Order: sequence, then C-alpha cells, then structure tokens
Amino acid sequence: MDFAMIFFILVGALSVATAVGVVTSKVAVHSALFLLVHFATLAILYVTLNAQFLAAAQIIVYAGGIVILILFVIMLIGSAPMETRAGYRSWVPYAGLALGVLMLAGMAITILQMPLTPLDPNANQGGVPIVLGVEIYAQNILLVQLAAVLLLVALIGALLLARRPKNDESPISNLQSK
Amino acid sequence: MDWIELLVIPTIRSLVLIVVLLTGFAYLTWYERKLLARFHVRYGPNRAGPKGLLQPVADAVKAVFKEEIIPGHVDKVVYLLAPALALVPALIIWAVIPLGKGFPAVADVPIGFLWILAVAGIESYGVILAGWSSNNNYSLLGALRSSAQMISYEIPLGLFLVSILLLAGDFSLVNLVEAPRAWWEWIWLWIMFPLFFICILAETNRSPFDLPETENELVAGFQTEYGGIKFALFFMAEYINMITTSAIMATLFFGGYALPFGIGSEIMPWLGPFILAGKIIVLLFLFIWVRASLGRPRYDQLMRFTWKILLPIALGYMIITALLTVFFK
Repeated sequence: MDFAMIFFILVGALSVATAVGVVTSKVAVHSALFLLVHFATLAILYVTLNAQFLAAAQIIVYAGGIVILILFVIMLIGSAPMETRAGYRSWVPYAGLALGVLMLAGMAITILQMPLTPLDPNANQGGVPIVLGVEIYAQNILLVQLAAVLLLVALIGALLLARRPKNDESPISNLQSK
Repeated sequence: MDWIELLVIPTIRSLVLIVVLLTGFAYLTWYERKLLARFHVRYGPNRAGPKGLLQPVADAVKAVFKEEIIPGHVDKVVYLLAPALALVPALIIWAVIPLGKGFPAVADVPIGFLWILAVAGIESYGVILAGWSSNNNYSLLGALRSSAQMISYEIPLGLFLVSILLLAGDFSLVNLVEAPRAWWEWIWLWIMFPLFFICILAETNRSPFDLPETENELVAGFQTEYGGIKFALFFMAEYINMITTSAIMATLFFGGYALPFGIGSEIMPWLGPFILAGKIIVLLFLFIWVRASLGRPRYDQLMRFTWKILLPIALGYMIITALLTVFFK
C-alpha cells in the first residue's frame, strides 16, 4: 500500500464517520459541524484526484455558504436537543436504512460493471479552471442556463412568499384569488 | 525521498511562518496601542521596557497564567473548539501568499485566488460557534450579527475579487504579481480599493464594523464567556486576520513583494519579504487610523449599506471591468 492509498482510506473513513455523525447526533449544531467536516473531507478527496478547482468550489459553496446558513437558521429558531416527540414514527430510520442499502447496492453493481482503470494523475484536468470553464460554458451551456432559470424561478418564488401582504391578505390567498 | 519534499519542507516553512505571524501579532498590539495613543494625544504603553516594547510579552504571560474558567452552562466541546477555529483560517490563508520572487510562502497553487475566497468563507465559524456554545443571549446575538454580517459582506468582496481576477486572467497569485499591468489597470484597481477595504473591515470584525462585540449593547458579544488564553486566541485571530488581509491587499492592489516599476527585483530577490512587510505595515496603519477616527454605525445601517449600496456598485464594477478587459486587453 502506498502513501496515497493510506491517505485515501484515512480521509474516506473520516468522511463516512462524519456522515454518520450528521444523522446520529442529538444537537442540531453538532450535526451541522459534522456536515462541515464531511464537506472538508470531500474537498480533500477532490484535491487528491487533482481537481483543485472543484475542491475550492466545494469549500466556498458548502462550507462557506450553506453550513453557515444552516447554523444561522438553527440559532434563529433555537436548538433544544431533539427528543422523541408524539407523532414520531419509529420505523422511519429503518426504512431510510433499507433505502440506503439498496442505493449502495445499486451503485456498487453499476461501478463494478464499469471497466476500472487506474487514474492517470497527469491526464485529469478537472483542477485547471480554463479546462473546466470551456467544459461548462461551451459544451454544456444549455444545462447551465436551464439551472440558472430554475434558480431565478426559486428566487422569485421566495420573494413572493416573503412579500408583505397588501390589505391584510396573505400572499397565498392573493395568488389564489387571481 | 518523496515524503521529505511532501511533508517535512512544507511543515518547516509553515512553522517559520506561524512563528513570524505570532510575533507580528504581539507587536501589532503594541503598534496599535502606540498609534491610538498618538491619535488621542497621550503616551500609550511606556512602562514595560524601553518605549513599552516589552508590553506584548507581559500581556502574553498574563494571558497564559490566568485561571482557566469554563462556565458550567456551555457546550464544552464546541466552546473549546471555537477559539481554534477562529485562529486557523487567519493562518492558513498564508499558504498561497507569494513572499518573494520564486519564493511562495508554502506553495504556488494554481488556484491561489480561490483559496483566499474559500478560507474567507470559513473564517466566521469561530465567532458563530463561540456565540452559540456560550449559551448566553449576548453571545448568541453577537454570533447572529457576525454570521449575517460576514455572509453579506462576502458577496461584494467576492465580486471585487472576481473583477481583479478578470483583469489578471489567472488564478495564481504569483502570476498576478509578476504579470505587467497597463497604467489604466492600476488606476481602475485603485478606484476600487476603498470599497474593498470597507468589505475587509467588515470581514475582520474591525472597528467601525465590530458589531459582533459591541461593548455598549452586547457586553463583549460572542466572546463574553471567554477568558484567559481562550480570549487571547480570539484576540490573536482578529489581529492576525488584520495582518493577513493587509498582505492580501498588498498583493492584489500594490504589487505584493515587488517594488514599483520593477526596481531591484532582479538584483535583490531576497528583499521581497521585507518589501511585502513594509506594505503590510502601511496598510495596518490604515486599519488603526480608521478605528481611531470613526464611530460605529447601527446594525441596520451596516446591513443596508452592504445590500443597497455596496452590492450594486460591486456588480456594476464587475460588468465594467469585464467590458474593459474584453475591449482593451
């Protein structure tokens, strides 16, 4: 086993462990922190695959944006430790576990059917911004624009929902009346 | 041996850098107190050693030997983790800052720019987690303010960085310093500098944007429950952040380790770190000058300023920069 393999196994194990931590910890903020470490380990794995750009984007978007927003929301609404409440369905975790195992099996079968070749460390250009830029904005420009339109729709929807109702009407009823 | 190059050399470089930065932090506190005293027409620290030069040492000894108090109502793990999380980003940004010709701090990565953005993004965790884990309303309010403020100011900051990137055309900071620039590029950059500096003030929680620790309303904000060396770590994080952001500004706007017009860069490349240090000291003066001169805005004013004034300006600036780059470069 070479250095890279040992490193991969260590980081991968940490990644899985933190992912488990996200769903098992009782305090919401701890879950968010596990999520943060999980994203960091993913970024490290990207770096080992020579995809530095992807790693940086992972940190900027997820660690720098999403988890901070999650923490912000948790702090705003308060975070008492979660307890078993009325209406809690005890079979849900098991169903989730079963689905997860199914998905893992599906992924494993798909991957094992693919011809596996070792990565050429010099051929992988995912870390070079220019290559990535051409890939995104020349080859797949239509998809990017579709995603942009989707985000715009979501933004307008959020604005509509958050808008102060005129004449004491809720925005929902406003919509329905039209 | 492969692993020597991979692990040992970067480790030694990092250690040297950290020691230099910590010393820099200690004397930055002295520099700030002396300068503030000047602005207030008084002497400042002048008892410990000549000109008060041993004052930082005395402060450090005091902080280290203070009793370690952990309040009973805190979330212990997060409470202890937060000061470290505040300090680490300020240090690791230095990995990509070029210190001299052919002498990157730790590594010349092709994505130096993104590294700065990424680390700036995780900078607020220390403050947020400190506020939350302290289990204290004032701390929590400080943390909430901090997170909202940092997320908001990161957006214009990111847009300004994108504009610089458009002009440079490369993610590498070394190339940014080395590449020749036209005169109008310098002027166009410097027009933006005051706005960039405002964003930096907000990002580093420096006065007048030190809303997360407003002593008049929030006791000490996010760090209310911290004392001794743990408080010192937050203090350290703020000051090292000042040094770090000054280094970034010097690199982005003022040619980093190079002298104007390329004077002496061929003859004495070892001067690079000293030139960079000189530029950093001048920029640090700016931080302290602002602190001594300006009062603190209200929180809503702060937020309104970034969303209604800074963000549109940043967007417009970016678009104009893109047009300039397309037509004149």
